[in-house]
Amino acid sequence: MSAVTAETPIAAPNGWVRRFAGLVRQVAGLLGSVSLTFLGLTCVTFVIGRVIPIDPVLAVVGDKATRSTYERVFKEMNLDRPIYEQYFIYLKKILHGEFGTSLMTAHPVLSDLLRVFPATLELSVSALIVGVCLGIPLGVVAATHNGRWPDQVVRYGSLLGYSMPVFWLGLVGLLIFYAKLGWVEGPGRIDISFDDLVPTVTGMITIDSLIAGEYETFWNAISHLILPGSILGYLSLAYVARMTRSFMLTQLRQEYVLATLAKGLSPFRVVWVHALGNVWVQLITVIALTFGSLLEGAVLTETVFAWPGLGLYMKNSLFAADLNAVVGGTVLIGVIYIILNMVSDVIYTLVDPRARARK
Amino acid sequence: MSNSPLRTGAPTGWRGWLLEPAPLSRGQARLGRWYRGWLGFRRNGPAMTGLIIVSALVLVAICAPLFANHDLAFTQVLEDRLQDMSWAHPFGTDELGRDIYARVVFGSRVTLTIVGLVSIIVLPVGLCIGLPAGYFGGWIDSVLMRITDIFLAFPRLVLALAFAAALGPGIENAVIAISLTAWPPYARLARAETMTRRHAEFIEAAQLQGASSFRILLTQIMPLCLPSVIIRLTLDMAGIILTAAGLGFLGLGAQPPLPEWGAMVSTGRAVLLDQWWVATIPGMAIFLVSLGFNLLGDGLRDISEARSG
Repeated sequence: MSAVTAETPIAAPNGWVRRFAGLVRQVAGLLGSVSLTFLGLTCVTFVIGRVIPIDPVLAVVGDKATRSTYERVFKEMNLDRPIYEQYFIYLKKILHGEFGTSLMTAHPVLSDLLRVFPATLELSVSALIVGVCLGIPLGVVAATHNGRWPDQVVRYGSLLGYSMPVFWLGLVGLLIFYAKLGWVEGPGRIDISFDDLVPTVTGMITIDSLIAGEYETFWNAISHLILPGSILGYLSLAYVARMTRSFMLTQLRQEYVLATLAKGLSPFRVVWVHALGNVWVQLITVIALTFGSLLEGAVLTETVFAWPGLGLYMKNSLFAADLNAVVGGTVLIGVIYIILNMVSDVIYTLVDPRARARK
Repeated sequence: MSNSPLRTGAPTGWRGWLLEPAPLSRGQARLGRWYRGWLGFRRNGPAMTGLIIVSALVLVAICAPLFANHDLAFTQVLEDRLQDMSWAHPFGTDELGRDIYARVVFGSRVTLTIVGLVSIIVLPVGLCIGLPAGYFGGWIDSVLMRITDIFLAFPRLVLALAFAAALGPGIENAVIAISLTAWPPYARLARAETMTRRHAEFIEAAQLQGASSFRILLTQIMPLCLPSVIIRLTLDMAGIILTAAGLGFLGLGAQPPLPEWGAMVSTGRAVLLDQWWVATIPGMAIFLVSLGFNLLGDGLRDISEARSG
C-alpha cells in the first residue's frame, strides 16, 4: 500500500496543472540544453576555423595582393575585432544560414548542402529501414532464445558488424555483387542514361521517379541504392539487434509476462505484442542514435560508392581546402544530431508516463 | 603454510598460494583476485580468441622485423607492381611493387601507436573531468558535465574530419582529432563511479585524517574507477581503430609512405576490380584487429559484471 500513497501527489485534485507545469519546465530545460549544445558546436567549429594554419586573408586575396588590399580584406572579415565579437558575428551568420561561399563550387555553402543532402538522406533512411526491420525481430528472437544458438548467431553476427570497417565492406560488396555476380548496379546514384529524366521534387531519386511515374528510373535507382543501403543497414542492424535483445531480456523477466502467459495468451502474442510493446519507447532512442551514426557512416560509404551526398561533398571540399564547406557540413550534421537527440527525448517523455513522473 | 610436495584435492604451490581463502597480505589477496578472474576469463572461448588476436597484434608490432622484411615494405620495385599472391609475396604486391604482407605487418605498428596514444590522452582527460565532477557535485558537476554533453553530442568521425581538415592531415593530428571526440564517455563513467563512492566510510575516514580532496581523488577513488574505465577503453578500442582507419581511408590519417591500413585500402580502390587483394587484405587486418578488441572487451565486461552482480 505504501507504493500507492507515494504516488498520490500525481493524482491530487489539481494534478494536471502541476503536470502541465512540469512539462513546461521540462521543455524549457530541454530547449536550454539544446541551445547550449548548439553554442558548443558553433564554438568548436569557430575554433576549427581559427586553428587552420592558412592565413584566411591570404586565402582570399592571394599572396600577390598589396598591403592596402590585405588590410581592407582583413577589416572586411572582421579580423580586427576582438575574438569574442568575431564569434558573435560568426554565430549570427550561422543562425541566418550563411556559411560563406564554397571555394570548390563557387555557390553559397548552404545551397550546396541542401542540394547534396537528399542523397544522403535517401541512403541513410534506406539503411535505417534495413536495420530496424531486420534488427528488431532478430533482437527479439535472440532474447526469447537466450543462450541458445539463435542468440549466439545474433550476438556474433552483430559483433562482426561492429568490427567491420564500413569502407572495406563496401569495397568487398562492390567486388562480389557488382563486379563478379552483376546482381546490382555499381557506384553512383543512377546510370548516366537515366540522368535528369525525372524532375527534382524531393531530391531523392527513388521518390521523385515514383512521383513522375518513371518506373524504369525507379528500379535503376533502387538497384544502385540496394548495396550501399544494405551495407550501412548491416551496421545499424548490429546495434539495433543488440539493444533490442537486452531490452527484451529485461521485459521477459517481468512478472506481467508470467501473468499474461498464465491467463492463457499465446507465447507469440505475449512476446511480440506485450513485451515488445513496452520496449518501443527505449527503442526510439536507439533508433535516433542509430540514425545519427548512419549519417557518419555515410561519409565513408559515399566515398566508396561515389554517392553524391553530404559525405562525398565534405570529403571533396576537404581536399580542395574548402574550409567553409567542411565547417558548413559539420554544423549541418551536428545540428541534425542535436535535433535527433532532442526528438528522441521528447518522444520518450510523451510516450512513457514513467519518464514524466520520474522527473 | 606447509608446502607439502604431495598433491591433494586443494591446489598447492603457487596456485594454492593464489587461491588461498585467507590471504596473509594485501598483495596476495590482490593477485589472488586477479588469478580467479583469469580462471573465469580462460573458460570464455570468444574472449580468449580476442586476447590471442590482441596479443598477436602487440607481438607482431613489437617484433615486426622478425615477421617481415622492412625493405620489402618500403622499397618501390616498379617492375613487380600489382603481382598476384605467390610464395615470394604471400599477399601480392601493391601499385608501387611493395610487398603487401610486409606492409600489413609494419602497419600494425601504426595502428598500435594510434590506439596507444589515444588511450594515453583520453584516460587522463576523462578522469580529470569525471572525478571532480562526481566528487564535488554542485556547480562544478553541472559545468563539467555540460561540457561533456556538448562533446558527446557531436558526431565523432565528422568532428575528427573537421579537426583533421583544420590541422592538416597526419598521424598526430588524427590522434588529436580522435581523442577530442573520444573522451566524454570516460568522463561520464568516472563521474558515475565516483558518485557511488563519495559517501563511503573509507572516504570519510580519509577526510577526517585531513587528506586533501586532491589526495583522496588520486589515492582512494581513482584506483577504484580504473577497472571499469579500462574495460570501457578496451571496448572502445575497436571504434578508435575503425575511426583511425576511416580517417586514413579518407587520406587524413597517416601519410604515405607509412603503411597505414586504411590508407592502403584507399590506394587499392583504384585497382579493386582487377587486383582485389591490394584493397581487401589490409581491410581484413583492420577487421581482425577490431574484432579482437571487441571480443576481448566483451569478455572483460562479462567478468566484471559477474564480479559486481
